[in-house]
Amino acid sequence: MNQPVEMKQALSAVPIPMAMLAELTHRCPLKCPYCSNPLELAKAKEELSTEEWIDVFRQAAKLGVLHVHLSGGEPASRRDLEVLTSGAREAGLYTNLITSGVGLTERRFAELVERGLDHVQLSIQGTDAATADRIGGYKRGFDQKMKVAEWVKTSGVPLTVNAVMHRQNLDYLAETVDLAVRLGARRLEVANTQYHGWAYRNRFALMPTPEQVKRGGEIVAEARERLKGVLVIDYVTPDHLATYPKPCMGGWARVGLCVTPRGTVLPCHAAETITSLTFENVRDKPLAKIWARGEAFTAYRGTDWMPDPCGSCDRQTKDWGGCRCQAFAWNGDAATVDPACSKAPNHAEMRAAAEAEAAQATDDFEYRTM
Amino acid sequence: MPGGLAHPGCARRGRPMTEIAETDVPFLPRGVRVHHCEVRKGWYLLAPERAVKMDQIAHAILSATDGDRDFCGIVDKLAVDFSAPKDRIAQDARKFLTDLVNRRMVEIRP
Repeated sequence: MNQPVEMKQALSAVPIPMAMLAELTHRCPLKCPYCSNPLELAKAKEELSTEEWIDVFRQAAKLGVLHVHLSGGEPASRRDLEVLTSGAREAGLYTNLITSGVGLTERRFAELVERGLDHVQLSIQGTDAATADRIGGYKRGFDQKMKVAEWVKTSGVPLTVNAVMHRQNLDYLAETVDLAVRLGARRLEVANTQYHGWAYRNRFALMPTPEQVKRGGEIVAEARERLKGVLVIDYVTPDHLATYPKPCMGGWARVGLCVTPRGTVLPCHAAETITSLTFENVRDKPLAKIWARGEAFTAYRGTDWMPDPCGSCDRQTKDWGGCRCQAFAWNGDAATVDPACSKAPNHAEMRAAAEAEAAQATDDFEYRTM
Repeated sequence: MPGGLAHPGCARRGRPMTEIAETDVPFLPRGVRVHHCEVRKGWYLLAPERAVKMDQIAHAILSATDGDRDFCGIVDKLAVDFSAPKDRIAQDARKFLTDLVNRRMVEIRP
């Protein structure tokens, strides 16, 4: 397809971000072995204060951000979660709480609803207490989640169930769909584990087999059709088994940004794994400046940075070159093609590595710890 | 928790919609709202994990979707406001609202 000149220009201009992931804290009672937080976790005393976060929300709204995802760690570990929620809402943002449910009480949840919380995304680690609590490394976590889901349902606030899938729970995907329906969820996010940080450490216990993934895709396709109008299911095929890479973050520095508990501003929550980049902090600079001109943001924004095969690929504005973190992890250079792409020279190697990991017999986790 | 119609706003649970009916009363459930973005100078429908840019027609349809009017009432109001033929408006509004119901961004009063 011909790319008109106007479109090329639009791509190099600074886009307006849609969403911000606010990692309020790294503290969390759970110890999920695939946690997306970095290996080196921020301590409570390093976290942005209430006032600093609310200022970040206001800056984000002025920048054009529409959705804020209040996440962590476990956001309920912040005692000021209620104030932060109304702060975000008053700034004009759509507020999504991404929670394990642990740390919420019925009274606290009612307060969040009162303060205008728009949406709850509740994680589940498994469909029965024994499995879920073993994976999450937290006793009675499952029972707590069931209670939280009930409070959410009663409140009328929309619920998304977020299920991170891997070898040890992918065979229960059909049950996961059933549970989401039973809990009254409007959406189910089936998130295949992304192998950075903690998950990479645990890849031998987590990597699914190709057969599991294939079956998973079929279950989702069937459920989507059957549950139309009841449950919306988001599902992305795991990277190494896909033909093309996923458009990570909808394109680097294009639609979303992330602010860490310490106030570091990232183009993606895993971006700090790219050790060749430097990142700026909201304590030092306005968010708008960091978004528009920060080195980490401009490095891979748009398509100019792309080498071949991406540089000459007609899919370059569909998948945006895939994941920079994965390219860096595999190639030692983030400005290279994501090995998840079938056009990457080391795609076969990546697939072989994943299959070898999946064939490992270990079910033992190295749990996330502070 | 038993199923059924006990929970308000979930009347369509288990019943995918092929087309909104004349007497259906659609409404935006909690967690779905119309938002004016000052930066983009436009109207957006905000929902869980979704932000849908609305054109003038979409905005007019949702502005008329107040939770009191049934589908017929919405079409009548738009036909007057835009001095446009009812059948044309009904066609647009039916397609738009049915799609939003199936995406769980609009619900039907039980």
